[in-house]
Amino acid sequence: MLLHTVLIAASLAMVAPFLWQLVTSLKTLSEATAVPPTLLPSGRWQNYGRVFDLLPFGAQFGNTVIVALARTAGQVLLCSMAAYAFARLRFPGRKVLFGVLLSVLMVPPQLFIIPQYQIMSALGWLNTLQALIVPGLFSAFGVFLLRQFFLGLPMELEEAARLDGAGPVRIYWSIMLPLARPGLLALAVLVLLWSWNDLFWPLVVNSDPDTMPLSAGLASLQGQFQTDYPVLMAGSLLASLPVIAVFIVLQRQFIQGIAQTGIKG
Amino acid sequence: MTRRRDRITEALWAYAFLAPLALGLGVFYLWPVLQTAYFSFTEWGAFGGHEWSGTANYVRLLHDPEVGRALTNTISYTALGLVSIPLAIVFAALLNRRMRGVGVYRTLFFLPVVTMPVAVAMVWRWLYNGDYGLINYLLSLVGIGGPNWIADPGTALFALVVIGVWSSLGYNLIIFLAGMQAIPADYYEAAALDGAGPVRQFARITLPLLSPTAFFVSVISVIGSLQLFDLVFVIAGSGASARANPAYPRLQTVVALFYDRAFVTNERGYAAAIVMVLLLIIAALTLVQFRLQRRWVHYA
Repeated sequence: MLLHTVLIAASLAMVAPFLWQLVTSLKTLSEATAVPPTLLPSGRWQNYGRVFDLLPFGAQFGNTVIVALARTAGQVLLCSMAAYAFARLRFPGRKVLFGVLLSVLMVPPQLFIIPQYQIMSALGWLNTLQALIVPGLFSAFGVFLLRQFFLGLPMELEEAARLDGAGPVRIYWSIMLPLARPGLLALAVLVLLWSWNDLFWPLVVNSDPDTMPLSAGLASLQGQFQTDYPVLMAGSLLASLPVIAVFIVLQRQFIQGIAQTGIKG
Repeated sequence: MTRRRDRITEALWAYAFLAPLALGLGVFYLWPVLQTAYFSFTEWGAFGGHEWSGTANYVRLLHDPEVGRALTNTISYTALGLVSIPLAIVFAALLNRRMRGVGVYRTLFFLPVVTMPVAVAMVWRWLYNGDYGLINYLLSLVGIGGPNWIADPGTALFALVVIGVWSSLGYNLIIFLAGMQAIPADYYEAAALDGAGPVRQFARITLPLLSPTAFFVSVISVIGSLQLFDLVFVIAGSGASARANPAYPRLQTVVALFYDRAFVTNERGYAAAIVMVLLLIIAALTLVQFRLQRRWVHYA
């Protein structure tokens, strides 16, 4: 009983900010700034429409989805290929290359930003979607995660396939990838989440609202309309809701991915 | 003979599998680290050119009060944020049992982790609002006049820590839950036979066996907190508008200062020196934690 009281109080504290966000998003400005606060809003759905007037919200939503999907697909494919080589193939320089990979993993990402920005600028990619996508196709973390996963898979199927004359490509594609599905899915949900929520990199490369993702668009709204809280709450709810929905559907994979790797973006 | 040819073929395949990723990591990650290190010894002109300036950036950094403040804020934020670890352990222990609704609680604790930090910062900015915020309204019900949390130099950093703990609690909780579930049930059964109650079991079995997990979480949290940016950017802004906030000297973090120098005032050589210092601090604090672990971490 006491246990449930404590847990209910704590989860209320976790959820209250979201509820207040939802309630405020449906208020008029005068309701939002009333003292004492009105608990039930008058249902001003127009605030959500206002978000679309102030921002190219549809385009930014599309940008966010495209970038997140491209980065996820790229990382799952490229990292699983490299992870397969590290986990199952013998080649000179394996230890050294893996050491280099681990050292990239440990460097704080801010150290990549200035040179990455210069590359994007030299390619003429500033204010394009490629700028948001391309550096995010590669990741040392993804290789590390999937290598651990591959190392834990049984060898029998592979050996049988090798006796049947299957080469590395067949083994990778038709044996390793299907067996590693939970690991691939865990990596995919993590990359999706980080890509969706990332702010720093989009802020650096894309200043044109039409090529921004939602995170940067929303942050720009904060600067210009900092006092129109109902509209800000509506916008922040719209921008964060898709990932929350994905999380609720793929909860098990999210939690497994985090519990296994313990690494956050 | 065929053995040897097989081995060469295998190695060639391995390089083929590695090539696309290695190329990308080399161009976008490995080479940039070396370049940033080099840039930290250069001075940047107004039109993007840069020339060698020796240790000038590092000398400037030592005397820059803004760097000192950013370091103090970042380290205080990191240290205070560690309170999330004992909190997460307690809630993980409460949730580590068979009962109805465990899944729902876990989901609710985890929601802030998956929510976009920009959105999180906006919602909290509104909760913290000095005139119309929910927090000050609730405080007024018990007769307390709350400050303007994020614009008051006395409370701004503390307000930031609360948001940080709120958003990372669920993440830490998941890791601790996984750690607790890995503890064999017979340990508890044996302890119960010896007459140990739940509190004693928690102190004598759970905590020691969880210490490697706690060590891991603390290393990860410290690294993450030292890189705080999104919350500060949304709560305080950057550049001129941020400086209008009287509490900005208590909010600016190392990465926020890096952003300002690299992309607002375009002093990229100086910005590079700032992140090199961040790299050193992260490396040093991680090393200290690895050294200290011998004192408190028990490996079964």
